[in-house]
Amino acid sequence: MDFKLTKTQMLQQELFRKFAETEIKPIAKDMDEAEEYSAELLQKLQKIGAFGIPYSREYGGQGADVLTYTLCMEEMSKVDASTGITLSVHTSLCCPCINEFGTEEQKQKYLRPLVDGSKIGCFGLTEPGAGTDAAGVRTEARLEGDYYILNGTKIFTTNSGFADTFIVFALTDKSKGPKGMSAFIVERDSEGLTVGPNIERMGIRAASNCEVVYENVKVPKENLLGKEGQGYKIAMTALGGGRIGIGAQSVGIAQGAIDEALKYVKERKQGGKPIGKYQNTQFKLAECQTKVDAARLMVWRAATAKDNHDNYAPLAAMCKLFASETANEVTRVCVQLFGGYGYCREYPVERAMRDAKITEIYEGTSEAMKMIISGSMKV
Amino acid sequence: MKIVVCIKQVPDTVEVKIDPKTGTLIRDGVPSIINHDDKTGIEAALTLREQLGGTVTVVSMGPPQADVALREALAMGCDEAILVSGREFGGSDTYATSGILAAALKKIGYDLIITGRQAIDGDTAQVGPQIAEKLHVPQVSYVEEVKEATEDYVVVKRQFEDGYHIIKIKTPCLLTAIAELATPRYMSVRGIVEAYEKEIKILGFEDLKDDLELDMIGLKGSPTNVYQSFTKEVKGAGTILKDLSADEAVKAIVDKLEEKFII
Repeated sequence: MDFKLTKTQMLQQELFRKFAETEIKPIAKDMDEAEEYSAELLQKLQKIGAFGIPYSREYGGQGADVLTYTLCMEEMSKVDASTGITLSVHTSLCCPCINEFGTEEQKQKYLRPLVDGSKIGCFGLTEPGAGTDAAGVRTEARLEGDYYILNGTKIFTTNSGFADTFIVFALTDKSKGPKGMSAFIVERDSEGLTVGPNIERMGIRAASNCEVVYENVKVPKENLLGKEGQGYKIAMTALGGGRIGIGAQSVGIAQGAIDEALKYVKERKQGGKPIGKYQNTQFKLAECQTKVDAARLMVWRAATAKDNHDNYAPLAAMCKLFASETANEVTRVCVQLFGGYGYCREYPVERAMRDAKITEIYEGTSEAMKMIISGSMKV
Repeated sequence: MKIVVCIKQVPDTVEVKIDPKTGTLIRDGVPSIINHDDKTGIEAALTLREQLGGTVTVVSMGPPQADVALREALAMGCDEAILVSGREFGGSDTYATSGILAAALKKIGYDLIITGRQAIDGDTAQVGPQIAEKLHVPQVSYVEEVKEATEDYVVVKRQFEDGYHIIKIKTPCLLTAIAELATPRYMSVRGIVEAYEKEIKILGFEDLKDDLELDMIGLKGSPTNVYQSFTKEVKGAGTILKDLSADEAVKAIVDKLEEKFII
């Protein structure tokens, strides 16, 4: 067993780190305040290949592994968790649906532009009445001739404000419950598809997250992913892998906060010496770093399992559960180390603490992770 | 057009310190980077390739660890990378180094050679110009803009103390790049994947011995002796007055001088 990154992975990490420090860090606070993601930054991310990392070069992807993708998620999320989720929804929720269940034609037409960085994707599963209980989806798809007619409302669709390609889950047979759910590729400019304003949120405020209404949206029959009735399975497969990305995002948020705190405790003086000289500060930071390292190793383990085509689902659930709770604890401790300044928006730990909360909720709540983990333990 | 860029792997001087007792660089734990001006040269070469077609070869002389710098250049988009490396080359000063690189360049072939103006560790700005002299090709140093480029000649703007020169120069030739010439692009994820799939060719003394003698290289072939190294005294960061009218700027400067009791 070797816990070291390969030379390739180390150079990738250097690229992500430098890009994040230079291109994202200086504007992250402004994007958060404006509650809007920078279109220019999206283009820069597309240019370095950030939107197609673990995808085959045969389809225009970058040809790297899932572990490299987690390195990207961590480095970007260190300075801006909104960038993390923007990349994650595209890379590990939208694209896998087509990559793993799409036909050759669907891959050429839809996957290629998504992974070569010319288009951005989103994933519409959650509805006002269907969160953790994804089986509660009400959106319908009715086959009429060569088209499915979609009707329904999705909520919290990340990236929907600017995405080109939507993966949408809808019932093709209401009588069958989750087994009557199907997945569709829907183009943004489809008639009847309306994206609402960005939903006001506590954290990851720069990310785009909107309600999307589908009103008699005509979707060509050939845009059905897999078979009718496979939708639930497709959604769960995508979410299973997505959790590795959220684990990495959580590690990034936490590490970013520790890095800021490390600088601060060396500068900030109380009682005639830097607060870093007090054992309370040292122990707090030691505890934080230990937890973050443990979380990172869990993320890397899950990513490696996915790269090796092993059963990664329970490992992904564990890394997400542990990393997201670590991110919340660590950012809270870091704000405390900053004292009153940590509560001010001037310092990035305040944003990190707000951003951390969502990691315990989206792509499966901590409670849902415990259901998956205990299920795999056959409790 | 075959463009060859010479690069040097240097310690990131933001991180580097000098041992006050021995006067030597403390290199432990200091990250290595591609010298800034050389990276600018890579960008200029890639841009020229996009305009004119051809290839960009990147060359570095150094220990095997310089491999990372060459991979980075490949990941930015260079076509081929060559490491000039061998025990015989150790201890070379700029004179010996330029002789070795000139021999390597003869072997590799070139229409245009680009080097950085100077490296941030040695700060001599000598290797580029010496290479041109040893290859008997024309050179322009301190290039801040390539105004026109064809297979047969390039027109460049050369920075000068009190102005600039516009120079038309026949190829093959050598240019030394300064920061103003270009903003280096990022590597790409795919570029990095492919950089590690490529082979880096190594040229050692045996490969270059037609053009080199042992007494021209290494410590023996180096007329330079380092007398003393010292840490530069760090000055505080200056203040830049921006977006002010001439009158406002004058007032700001006078106020500051008065505040410091200089006037």
